[in-house]
Amino acid sequence: MNKDMKILVVDDFSTMRRIIKNLLRDLGFSNADEADDGNTALPMLQTGKYDFLVTDWNMPGMTGIELLQHVRADDNLKTLPVLMVTAEAKRDQIVAAAQAGVNGYVVKPFTAAVLKEKIEKIFERIDS
Amino acid sequence: MTDLNKVSGSSTGFEETIKAQANQLKDLIDSGDMSGALSIISDLNQTRDKTLYQEIGRLTRSLHESIQNFHIDSANSNDTDHTTIVDASDRLEYVVEMTNKAANKTLDLVESTMPYASGISNEAQQLKEDWSRLQRKEMKPEEFRILTATMGIFLAKLCDDSDKVYANLSEILLAQDFQDLTGQVIKRVIGLVKDVELSLVDLVRMAGKVDQLTGTVHKIEKQKTGIEGEGPQIHADKRDDLLAGQDDVDDLLSSLGF
Repeated sequence: MNKDMKILVVDDFSTMRRIIKNLLRDLGFSNADEADDGNTALPMLQTGKYDFLVTDWNMPGMTGIELLQHVRADDNLKTLPVLMVTAEAKRDQIVAAAQAGVNGYVVKPFTAAVLKEKIEKIFERIDS
Repeated sequence: MTDLNKVSGSSTGFEETIKAQANQLKDLIDSGDMSGALSIISDLNQTRDKTLYQEIGRLTRSLHESIQNFHIDSANSNDTDHTTIVDASDRLEYVVEMTNKAANKTLDLVESTMPYASGISNEAQQLKEDWSRLQRKEMKPEEFRILTATMGIFLAKLCDDSDKVYANLSEILLAQDFQDLTGQVIKRVIGLVKDVELSLVDLVRMAGKVDQLTGTVHKIEKQKTGIEGEGPQIHADKRDDLLAGQDDVDDLLSSLGF
């Protein structure tokens, strides 16, 4: 897992973005940018600068699941690893996220340990 | 509530009239008295119309009362006299603002405190190694002099830094006062929402009577896909379409081949 990889954190609440960025920094990933919803995030992702996407589900404008669907439909982005960090915990939603091609799913409220474990798992699979 | 009793009272009366007149109508038709039968039908129509007007009158009056109770009539309000609903929205905005401010303040303080903790830890680690060497009598007098000097600087820094950590922690403690303030505001808004709901339920019941009299059946179409965002779930233990937590989510995902 490359600790210098560029990460995009997408959440409509700035405090949650700060918390996730802080946790990522504690895990050694200090190269993270922020976006407040899918509409802001998608053009940023399309620049091709990002190696990993961490996104919330419920956001005004474009939601996280729509962002995920756009990412998977885009030839340049379809292999981008995506972790959902969200308060959404309905069975149907998790199945939908899995079908849309999410790489990991963390439900809020979450701990630093869970975030670490899910990120490690995602990159273990990709690297293997 | 008294209005409601009157409503049900008048429509029960109407139902009884219909029943009685229906029997009478059947008898008249059976006996071949067509003009008598038609006059009954016309009576029925009149009774229905009268009841309908009464119900609509009641509904309109209640609607008006509800609007007055909650000051939601924007035509009668001006800038200084906020409506209850606008006031509630403002209050909730205040809650969002307060929680945002508290969270940012806490994050600022945590971020500024962390370097003290890691600085103390790094220096203590170095001193611990030197200290062990001293205890194992592996230290030259020259090195010992440096160690005592370093130790002196470290202890002075430790005093300063732990004071700063303590001060920041106290500020973090104080930043939690938003819970009290926002809690009070939220409780007031909950009270308002409950009042509005009660009034709406009354109105819906009255409107139901009007629907019954006009024979209107509403079709409520639900077009939910089941995956719309809902935000944090607050009754997860009472709903079976929800997963209880990360472990359940992990189980579900692994059953899907993750």
